[in-house]
Amino acid sequence: MSEDHKETFITKYIFCQDHKMIAKQFLITGMLMGIVGMVMSLLFRLQLSNPGESFAVLEWFLGEKWAPDGVLDPNMYLALVTMHGTILVFWVLTAGLTGTFANFLIPLQIGARDMASGFLNMLSYWFFFGATIVMICSLFVESGPASAGWTVYPPLSALPEAIPGSGFGQDLWLVGMALFIVSSLLGGLNYIVTVLNLRTLGMSMMRLPLTIWALFITAIIGVLSFPVLFACALLLIFDRSFGTSFYLSDIILNGEALHNTGGSPILFEHLFWFLGHPEVYIILLPALGLVSEVISVNSRKPIFGYKAMVGALIAIAFLSFIVWGHHMFITGMDPFLGSVFTFTTLLIAIPSGVKVFNYLTTLWKASIRFTPAMLFAIGFISTFITGGLTGLVLGDSALDINVHDTYFVVGHFHIVMGISAIYGMFAGVYHWFPKMYGRMMNKKLGYIHFWITFISAYGVFFPMHFLGLAGLPRRYYTNSEFPMFDNLTDINDVITFFAIIGGLIQLIFVFNFFYSIFKGRKTVQNPWKSNTLEWTAPIERMHGNWPGEIPEVHRWAYDYSKPGAEEDFIAQNIPLKEGETEH
Amino acid sequence: MELTINKNKTSKQLLWIGIVAIIMFFAGLTSAYVVRKAEGNWLEFVMPSWFLLSTIAIIISSILLWISVKRIKADKHSFIFIFITLLLGILFSYSQIQGWQQLVSEGIYLTGEGSNPSGSFLYVITLLHLLHLAGGLITLGVSTINAKKGKYTSSNYLGIELTSIYWHFLGVLWIYLFLFFQYI
Repeated sequence: MSEDHKETFITKYIFCQDHKMIAKQFLITGMLMGIVGMVMSLLFRLQLSNPGESFAVLEWFLGEKWAPDGVLDPNMYLALVTMHGTILVFWVLTAGLTGTFANFLIPLQIGARDMASGFLNMLSYWFFFGATIVMICSLFVESGPASAGWTVYPPLSALPEAIPGSGFGQDLWLVGMALFIVSSLLGGLNYIVTVLNLRTLGMSMMRLPLTIWALFITAIIGVLSFPVLFACALLLIFDRSFGTSFYLSDIILNGEALHNTGGSPILFEHLFWFLGHPEVYIILLPALGLVSEVISVNSRKPIFGYKAMVGALIAIAFLSFIVWGHHMFITGMDPFLGSVFTFTTLLIAIPSGVKVFNYLTTLWKASIRFTPAMLFAIGFISTFITGGLTGLVLGDSALDINVHDTYFVVGHFHIVMGISAIYGMFAGVYHWFPKMYGRMMNKKLGYIHFWITFISAYGVFFPMHFLGLAGLPRRYYTNSEFPMFDNLTDINDVITFFAIIGGLIQLIFVFNFFYSIFKGRKTVQNPWKSNTLEWTAPIERMHGNWPGEIPEVHRWAYDYSKPGAEEDFIAQNIPLKEGETEH
Repeated sequence: MELTINKNKTSKQLLWIGIVAIIMFFAGLTSAYVVRKAEGNWLEFVMPSWFLLSTIAIIISSILLWISVKRIKADKHSFIFIFITLLLGILFSYSQIQGWQQLVSEGIYLTGEGSNPSGSFLYVITLLHLLHLAGGLITLGVSTINAKKGKYTSSNYLGIELTSIYWHFLGVLWIYLFLFFQYI
């Protein structure tokens, strides 16, 4: 493949095999889906703080059918909650995050010209794009989009006639997810093989930046867990469309007994959460990787405990496969089995603690540069701690039973997984934007974006823990029907207020992003004075990444402020000086 | 400037990792079978005898394909071996369909009134294996044509090697499924 081969508009921007362009395709698709998902959350927040009240904006977005006279239809409420979860978990935090940064950083940081298979990589994006189109189409079908929650538990999801959202919308949801899984698998295969085979000379596994370690392990988790979700969804499709009874048994629908016997909805939960829990780490690990890099670069210090960080990633990945039962404590699980899952779940606190400890010790006494990326990285540590602590409550079966399916859970996973991963993604975008587009994002807008996002995210999700402790169940259309929750109205008002502020402020980010692509200040080659290889490549995008030879690697990625060095950073491709020892 | 990628090694690794994904897929399905069976209300059934023929066909086909790769590496003619492998693959598919018909005649149904997850599992899992085998048949078909044209030599046999890895995997997977349904 020649570096100066001709590129047409189609081969450069659409059916492109260059990993950097594919990364941008993932990023921008993910961002657009992020906006869709976020708007959905604001719409249903209006209903939750002002149940049954009329809002012109609801009718404007949803039309007369789903918001008659501006009041949100209960079925549409369920659909919005379902699609918000689906889009944010899979489209934004899985494909948007991993798709972007694995594609962008793996070849650049390991010193490769491209992915092992550019073609598979392109296919991975186009399967994702197809999945996106199907999911978007499902929003507009007559019976409404899928409504059984992002976890699509049967029987609600398995019986097309159960509620409007169980109909055609649910079919499209399943087709969209199937395409999505294919996309994830193709991407994952490529990431693993690329990291194993295409590292440049001298780039041993223990010299890899932590970003690559995190993305590599994420890909392994994905390849091991997504096929199980695929199996789970296939059996659901058979139940829905072909009349089998894997998940269905003894059901009376509209006064009629269905023929299904012998199925078990709990079986679905086992299969679903066998993916579902690793999925949490598919979302979180890339963020951990990006944050490690951003923190080290902007602390001008080597990351504390590199080997422990790698070990912690591996430990988290391993444990993620043996904890799924903690999502199912109230399914009538044998208490002994519950205690086993409690034990394995709480074990995750150890590698997570190692990570947090090492981040804090990296920051300790550092001369920190507070770039917007760094602020988001520090924000990540904050939410990882606060969200992680409530995880201890939910991981313990005896405690979980009290708050299961309440807003306590919603608050917990939004902070520890949603907000943390989004912060990781923002940190990544602010940090690598100069490498992606050759220009800088506006710093001031970045600061405004960070602080208001940070405050409003806590404003939204922190109070939810109190709602949960007070017993307010999640997924309910209204909470004004139950006198016991009357005194919680004010909290819901506060949450919606912060949700709207937090939502609106993202427009500043979107503006900053797109404006800077065209009008941002031009960057120098290595604006953050970073050690990793991507900053040794020329600013202009080129297929093949480096003109001439690929740089050779002589040291790890974290030689910051090394005693005796002239500058406070030494790029990985600089040979060791005479008498200089590796870190 | 060339992209210096060791195609041989990466292609094989891509295939192996793909195989790991397929293993997880079937591990998910068969563990669902075990979990579901443990809950009771489970119809027991006898494996259709046609599936035994499937097993024999796929084992012989694997041996023939193994021989043909060996012959290619020694620059010997291999077309007929690959062709018979393909025919045995088709025989496998035929015997699967016959096996399902045998099940139907015994009153074990995939769906509808009178069906039970035990039977449905057998149909769905064997069907999904057959779909994976269809991919194997396509690559075997391409390999047969390439062998006929004499494209494979002792220095160029990546295509047939990848086909054979996948085909052997499908064979092992089938034997696992066969024993699983027989004894679990």
